[in-house]
Amino acid sequence: MSEAAPAPAAGTLLSVDRVVKRFPIRRGVFFKRQIGSVHAVEGVSLEVRRGETLGLVGETGCGKSTLARCITRLYPLTSGSVLFDGVDISRLSRRSLRPYRRRIQMIFQDPYGSLNPRRRVGSIIGDPLAIHKVASGAERKRRVQELMAVVGLNPEHYNRFPSEFSGGQRQRIGVARALALHPDLIVCDEPVSALDVSVQAQIINLLEDLQAQFGLTYIFIAHDLAVVEHVSDRVAVMYLGKLMEKAEVKDLYGSPRHPYTVALLSASMVPDPERARASHRVVLSGDVPSPINPPSGCPFHTRCPRAQAICWVEEPPLEVKSGDPPDHLTACHFPVAPGEQLQRAPAQEVAG
Amino acid sequence: MSLAPFEGRTQLLDPGDLPPEAAQGIEGRSPLRLALARLRTDRIAIVAGGLIVLMALLAVLAPIISSVTGHNPYNNNLLTGTTSFGQPLSPGQGGYLLGTDNVGRDILVRIAYGAQISLMVGILATLIATVVGTVIGLVAGYYGGWIDAVLARLMDTVLSFPYVLLAIVLASVFGASLPLTIGVIAFFSWAAIGRIVRGQTLSHREKEYVEAAHAAGAGDLRIMFVDILPNLVAPIIVLGTLLVPTAIVFEATLDFLGVGVGPPTPTWGNMLSDAQNSGFVNWWFWIFPSIALLLTTLGFNLLGDSVRDALDPRTERIFATRRKGAKSGGGAPAGAGAVPAAGEAGS
Repeated sequence: MSEAAPAPAAGTLLSVDRVVKRFPIRRGVFFKRQIGSVHAVEGVSLEVRRGETLGLVGETGCGKSTLARCITRLYPLTSGSVLFDGVDISRLSRRSLRPYRRRIQMIFQDPYGSLNPRRRVGSIIGDPLAIHKVASGAERKRRVQELMAVVGLNPEHYNRFPSEFSGGQRQRIGVARALALHPDLIVCDEPVSALDVSVQAQIINLLEDLQAQFGLTYIFIAHDLAVVEHVSDRVAVMYLGKLMEKAEVKDLYGSPRHPYTVALLSASMVPDPERARASHRVVLSGDVPSPINPPSGCPFHTRCPRAQAICWVEEPPLEVKSGDPPDHLTACHFPVAPGEQLQRAPAQEVAG
Repeated sequence: MSLAPFEGRTQLLDPGDLPPEAAQGIEGRSPLRLALARLRTDRIAIVAGGLIVLMALLAVLAPIISSVTGHNPYNNNLLTGTTSFGQPLSPGQGGYLLGTDNVGRDILVRIAYGAQISLMVGILATLIATVVGTVIGLVAGYYGGWIDAVLARLMDTVLSFPYVLLAIVLASVFGASLPLTIGVIAFFSWAAIGRIVRGQTLSHREKEYVEAAHAAGAGDLRIMFVDILPNLVAPIIVLGTLLVPTAIVFEATLDFLGVGVGPPTPTWGNMLSDAQNSGFVNWWFWIFPSIALLLTTLGFNLLGDSVRDALDPRTERIFATRRKGAKSGGGAPAGAGAVPAAGEAGS
C-alpha cells in the first residue's frame, strides 16, 4: 500500500481523532421521535503505533467495545475521524472501505456467539479469503489448514462445527479468522474475558507469538488489569466514554495520576496476601452515572474523592502533568501526586 | 507473510507432518444429518413417512392402475360402470374395488389420479410459499427500518385476508385452473413463513457472528443467505412440512366449493363435491376420498412434528432412551418413549 498518503507521524498506524458515538433513543409507535441518546463514546483521541499493543481498560459500559466497533467501522461514527495509515476511513463508502477491511480485523469477546453455529470451521476461517477473493478451492483449503496449524488447532478438524470445540479452541478459530487476510491491525475486544484463567494464558501467549511473528499491531480491550499490564505497551483508561489517562504501561501502573485510575488499580486483586493487606484500597461511592445524561464537567466528579467546584463546571483537558514523561496524559484538575494516597470518598455523594 | 513454523511457546502443528488421510479431514456431522439420524429412530416419523410414500406411490402408479383395470378416470362409463338401472356399483361389484360414481367411473382410479393433484398442489404451493416467505422475511428482518415496516404490514394484511372469499373471487374472475389454485394457496401461505423468518432474522442479525461477517467485509446478500439463512433452516423445514397438509386441505376445500381445479379432473375435493351433490346417499362416494385426504394430511402433520423434535437438540434425551429401550428388546418402553414426541403435536 505504498500509494497511501504519508502517515502524520512516523510509526503511527492508527490515529483516532475526537471520535463521538451516540446511540439515539427512540420512542413512539408510528413516528419514532428521538427522545435522547446514549453517549457511548465522547470525543476520544488516541493513536496506535505500528507493532505495539495498546491496552484499553475501563469498567463495563464505559464505551470500550463501542470505540472498537467505531475503529473497525462496524458502527458509523457520530463525529470525529479514524485515520488508518494516513487515510480517514470513518467516512469511506462500503466499496472503498473494502481494502481497509482486509487490514483491520477483529477478535470478538464471545467465542460462542462470534462463530456461526451452522457453518463448518473451515468455511468460517476461509470466509475472509472468499469474500476478498484471495483464494478459492483447494488453495483456500490449504490456507485454512495452514492458519489452523498456526493458531494451534488440528488442521484435520476443518470440517467440524464450532459446537465440537471448547471455548479456548473456539477463540483460536476466531484468531485464525482474524489472521486470514494478513491484517496490520487486530482489534481484540475482550478476547479472553469469556475464558477460564488457564486458557486465557494460552490465548494471550498465542496472540503475543503471532505479534512477534507477523508484526501485528493490537488494540487490546479488557477489564482485567493484570492481563492488560501483561500484554500492553501503552494503556488508555476510559470512563463514561472519555479517556481519563493514557501512558506507557510502566508509568500507568507505577504512578497513576488520575483518581479513577488509582481506584481502578486498587480494586484489582493482588495475588499476594502480604502486599494485599499493605495496599490501600480506594472504594468509590455510588454507581457509574447514566451515559444517557452524563455529568457536566469532568465525568468522574460525581464519584471522585478529590472533586472540587471546578470539576462540576469545567472538563479537564487530557494533558501532560508536571513531572510526567511526555506521553503520560491525564485528564484531571487535581491529579494524584506519585506516592500520594487517595482519601476515601465523602459519604454524602451516595447515589440514590 | 510466510507461515513457516516458528519457535514459540504455543504448541504448533505443521500441516506437512500430517498423515495423508488428514487431507480429507475429520468431518463433523452437520445438524441436519444429526436430525436425520434422529428421525430414523422415531417410529411416528417412520409411520408418517410410510403414509406419504403410500400416497406418492398411488399418485405415481395412477396410470398403471388405470391401464391394469382398464378404467379411465375421466370418461363416463354408464355401460359397464353402473347397474342395469343406472345405479353406481358398490365396492367389490363388477371388478370395481372401491365402487363407481354416478357416471360409472372407478373411484379407485380417480383417487389415484386425485393423489397426483393433491400432492402436486401441496408441494408446489408450499415450495413457492417457502421461497417467497423466506426471502421476504430475511429482507424485512435484516434491513429493518421502513423496509421492515412495509413488509411486516404486508404480511399482516395477507394473514388477515378472508382467503376463501378471495379465492372464490379470483376463480370467478380468472376461471378455475390448476396454476391459479397453486398461486392462490401460495399467496395465502407465504406470510406465515415470512413472519417466522423475519422474527428469527431479527434476533440473528444482532449476533456477534454477523458482526464478524461485517468486519470481514461481507455484503448484505452474503450475510443474509450464507450466514443467517443456515441458522433458519430448522424452523423453515418444520413450517414447510406443516404447510403441505394445510395446502392439500385448502386445495380440497376450493375444489369442494367448485372454485379450484374444476371437473372432470379427478381430485379428492371434486369427488367429495360429487358425493355432496348426490346427497351422501352412497357411502363409498365420500368415505374413500375422505380417508385418502385424512391419511395424507395426517402423514404430513405427524412428519412435521417429528421433524421439529428431531431438529430440536433438546429432544436428544427422549430419543436416547427410546434407542436404549429398543435395544433391550422391550416394545413397551419404545412405545412409551414415543408418547412425548407425539404429545407435543399441534401448535
